[in-house]
Amino acid sequence: MSLAPGRPLRARFPIFAAMSGQPFHYLDNGATGQIVDVAADALLGFETRSRANVKRGVYGLADAATVAFDKARASMAAFLGAGSSEEIVFTSGTTMALNIVAHGLAGELRPGDRIVSSVLEHHSNIVPWQLVAGPAGAVVRAIPATGEGRLDLDALAAMVDERTRIVSVTHVSNVTGAVSDIARIRALAPDAILVVDGAQRAPHGPLDVQAMGCDFYALSSHKMFGPTGAGVLWGRGERLDALPPFLGGGEMIRRVSFDGTSYARPPHRFEAGTPPIGPVLGMAAAARWLMQQDWSAWAAHEKRLGERLLNGLAAIDGVRVHGPQGLQERLGIVAFEVDGVHAHDVCQMLGDRGVCLRGGHHCAQPLMERFDVAATARASLAPYSDADDVDALLQGLPEVIGRLR
Amino acid sequence: MSEDLYQEALVAMAKSGIGAGRLEAPDGTATADNPLCGDRVTVDVRMDGGRVRELAHKTRGCLLTQAAAACVADHVPGMDADDAASLAEAVRRWLAGEGDPPAGLEIMEPVRAVRSRHECVLIAYEALRDALGNAGTSR
Repeated sequence: MSLAPGRPLRARFPIFAAMSGQPFHYLDNGATGQIVDVAADALLGFETRSRANVKRGVYGLADAATVAFDKARASMAAFLGAGSSEEIVFTSGTTMALNIVAHGLAGELRPGDRIVSSVLEHHSNIVPWQLVAGPAGAVVRAIPATGEGRLDLDALAAMVDERTRIVSVTHVSNVTGAVSDIARIRALAPDAILVVDGAQRAPHGPLDVQAMGCDFYALSSHKMFGPTGAGVLWGRGERLDALPPFLGGGEMIRRVSFDGTSYARPPHRFEAGTPPIGPVLGMAAAARWLMQQDWSAWAAHEKRLGERLLNGLAAIDGVRVHGPQGLQERLGIVAFEVDGVHAHDVCQMLGDRGVCLRGGHHCAQPLMERFDVAATARASLAPYSDADDVDALLQGLPEVIGRLR
Repeated sequence: MSEDLYQEALVAMAKSGIGAGRLEAPDGTATADNPLCGDRVTVDVRMDGGRVRELAHKTRGCLLTQAAAACVADHVPGMDADDAASLAEAVRRWLAGEGDPPAGLEIMEPVRAVRSRHECVLIAYEALRDALGNAGTSR
């Protein structure tokens, strides 16, 4: 059943009962979302009542675990709009997913090849590419950001050439909230392997990776209201088939011999060792729950709150938002700088008022350089956020500024 | 809690600007970064035998980082170089709950309870230690 966004939704998120009786305005959803009850139940239910390893044992408990794991793969395929369950690789999160792709593609890179990332990226979509580019003699280049914190796609048009092998970009910036135009990027770089970091987009509703036109897509469970420790790498069938493994171990092989080892087909080729079974089952439960919600109502709610937040911040003297001013092609992730007051000091003092913000470089140092700031404070919304949360920030901020400036 | 953290003496120290700037042709210089937030302190030292004669710092950081850098500039000139270099470890241990505060850090007592802010205080002392290490060959 679909629930109204805002306060009614909180009944489904155990954190709010746990924090009752104290001020709690959770606006750090870009760092991690809170876990929804069905995901927590799936996680704990597996670990305490149904635990057995998957893809191994034949007794009843083990077989049931394997069946549940397969069902989770099907759920994530549905959430992502994948062509089949075999295109869903379970990982520990977005970082591992991006590393599997980067290290898997390393062998294809030749000296002078280009990998295009962007100034908007989280470090996890920059550093893996640098790690594989260096030894291959390939070069990592960055799509610049516009002044309002979007990908400068006109610049990308001028950057793409026949040596551009890989383009890897964020779907939604974890700092500015800007939504990337993946279809246009696909059109600008038709021959490149297109990798999309979907960590910030996944909590905002089901996806259609096939329509998007990308080759790989990565997401994390904990940002989409599932447990920590799980994520997905989706790869277009033929791309995954061609990708060599990154980590070796059990479960990823077909046959092991000292004369030569052959590997399992995807997705198992990329799932060496015991997977995070409980977190995966929790993630899938969260995904099934998300697919049942009324996303037009939730998006309208986020837009209303986002406008309240952006307008409120604009009205406070000395506060500057780094990101698009409106909510067109932008989600409710709002980074801001306070003139003369450091982001950590802002976050520390607002934390005492129960306002939970992230302060720092948000693992996006190139973007901080672009904005010429060391750190910003960031408020990020979720469907359970409400006007009281935004107002607590807007009312607390001038007091903090008065105290610290 | 934060009212304690940001007590007047600390805010005043942070805004004092003591030692702010760079030295021309220092004997030693080093930069320390806080990887969590991107804050950065660069410390320059001029030596006089085994002692620190002059010190300046360039600091981009929160109030805690600025106050710590000002403390370094306030207390370190005139100190024996080895004693000054050992401050980083003393500060780390004090933040972890051991021993008395190094000179000037009494105003930061409440920071000890906030684990996520320890690094803000430490980096100025780490830059000092590394600057003295660089200056080692010239003293």
